[in-house]
Amino acid sequence: MSHDVWVVVEHQDGLAKKISLELLGCARALAAAWSGKVVAFVPGGSTSQVAAALGARGADMVFAAEHPLLQRYTTDGYATVLTEALRADPPAVALFGATSQGRDLAPRVAARLGVGIVTDCTSVGVQDGTLVATRPMYTRKAIGTIRFKETAPRIAVVLPAMYPLPPEQPQRKAEIRSWPVQLDARAIRTTVREVKTIQRETIPLIDADIIVSGGRGMKGPENFALLDALARALGGAVGSSRPPVDSGWVPHDYEIGQTGKTVSPQVYLACGISGAPQHLAGMSGSKHIIAINKDPNAPLLQLADLGIVGDLFQILPKLTDAVKRVKSSP
Amino acid sequence: MPPPRTGRPPEPWAPQGERVNIIVCVKQVPDTEAPIRIKTDGSGIDETALNLVMNYYDEHATEAGLRLREQFGGSVTLLSVGHERAKEALRTGLAMGADEAILISDSAAEGVDHLGLARVLAEVIRSLPHDVVICGKISTDDNAGIVGPALAEYLNLPQATAIAHLEVDAMGTSAVVHREVEGGVEVLQVPFPAVLTVERSLNEPRYPSLPGIMKAKRKEIKTLNLAAARLTPSTVGAAASRTVLASLSTPPKRKAGRILDGDMDQAVAAIVAFLKDEAKVL
Repeated sequence: MSHDVWVVVEHQDGLAKKISLELLGCARALAAAWSGKVVAFVPGGSTSQVAAALGARGADMVFAAEHPLLQRYTTDGYATVLTEALRADPPAVALFGATSQGRDLAPRVAARLGVGIVTDCTSVGVQDGTLVATRPMYTRKAIGTIRFKETAPRIAVVLPAMYPLPPEQPQRKAEIRSWPVQLDARAIRTTVREVKTIQRETIPLIDADIIVSGGRGMKGPENFALLDALARALGGAVGSSRPPVDSGWVPHDYEIGQTGKTVSPQVYLACGISGAPQHLAGMSGSKHIIAINKDPNAPLLQLADLGIVGDLFQILPKLTDAVKRVKSSP
Repeated sequence: MPPPRTGRPPEPWAPQGERVNIIVCVKQVPDTEAPIRIKTDGSGIDETALNLVMNYYDEHATEAGLRLREQFGGSVTLLSVGHERAKEALRTGLAMGADEAILISDSAAEGVDHLGLARVLAEVIRSLPHDVVICGKISTDDNAGIVGPALAEYLNLPQATAIAHLEVDAMGTSAVVHREVEGGVEVLQVPFPAVLTVERSLNEPRYPSLPGIMKAKRKEIKTLNLAAARLTPSTVGAAASRTVLASLSTPPKRKAGRILDGDMDQAVAAIVAFLKDEAKVL
């Protein structure tokens, strides 16, 4: 086992995803503790553009695993390539993002290799020479500290927004090597028929530093336009608690909470969300929380850094205008 | 490395078509709406006074299984690994309409990690006819989401995780599923036998009917120990775990915030000032 730390990089349109860059930052700290290297592993149909940009974000070495069958993510294709690579040259740690891909892939790889895995990590660090991860448990009512035993590698699946984006250092270069891939189409059992992209005016929740979120207090689907407008002005994303999803006002992928997504943005602005435990499970790790609710007893108002007791239908348009004014002033 | 087994492994299951043999894996977990008590030594939670229920996502998994049975015929077998109390979760599934339930309960499995848990389930499933194995995408106690894909690996089956739509072909030999991904939806084709893990938007679980509840009470729940699954504590017990819960603690309290009540313009100004000066995002 080497002391290296691998990051499994996800990318789209020639750009590494934000979560993968965050993982490079996490990997740098781990590699420093062990005097190892940060290795970015990039599977894909074409990888040269992504690979070239990773040195500047902290990778010492990049393995480009290019193959036409890796153009789209499949469990079987990616698991085959990754387990072979991790077996050939086992690093100390392999980091995956807690994305739809990472959650599907990492446990399968861990099972095939028979190595330790911890998912939904909020931190991964070294304590007395041992790898330790923290993660929320029991609807975020508890934080678990998990110790890895010495397997090679140890796999950590890390939540988005836990580590800051490493600054871009254009002069920093990584050694780029191509990783030989042998893959037979027949080995891919679950196949992708198509990927339907959903066009939204606002950015995806996973990439957002600011999330504007609506609950039952939004009163109907048409009022989510108020949140869209504010999110656009702020450069953020729109989410929701569970009742708007259950009422069919917004699609399921908006949902933040126990039965939806876990987010940790810089700012979470909750509008008309009372703050049931099941919602708090998905957002109470946010850096700053602002809540607007007309009910002064809403639990989320008590939790928020700034709680506003008031009518969101009056506040939101004014707030959007005020944000636009600040943004346009020099 | 596969664990050493005792006895002869069963022949691998080959699908027969049409009638579908459905396995649903369920877990009993604390009710998410209830507060939990962390043991003073931080070793876990105190379950004695806790209301335990079937994992929420497993209700959706059970529902998916029942609907497949209604469409194709066949049977739904529930499987759980846990304490004696986990029978309550299995009874919930039986009351919803599942045909059979098996509990794997063994004190030697105490401290098992998620991969070990998947190994236990895999060994039992291997001995049963299975065209499709359905799990919840996560369980609400630890949120790990490891067992489904690991189970697929140990059974050497294809997988589709966190599915939000399921359409099985007329012969019951493959499925088209939808899977929510960042910024879109993947449409996947999965040949059976397969392991599926389900998202809550897949279906609306039925409530157990009164006759269903009465019937479930009388049903025998088969209980197996590790030896019956041809496993030993050294392969799936605490000693074999690759990860250990070192401690459990309450999350750090957020620093007390301030609450404004009254003038709307003042509220707007306060939010803008907060975004600028405290959050520094404006």
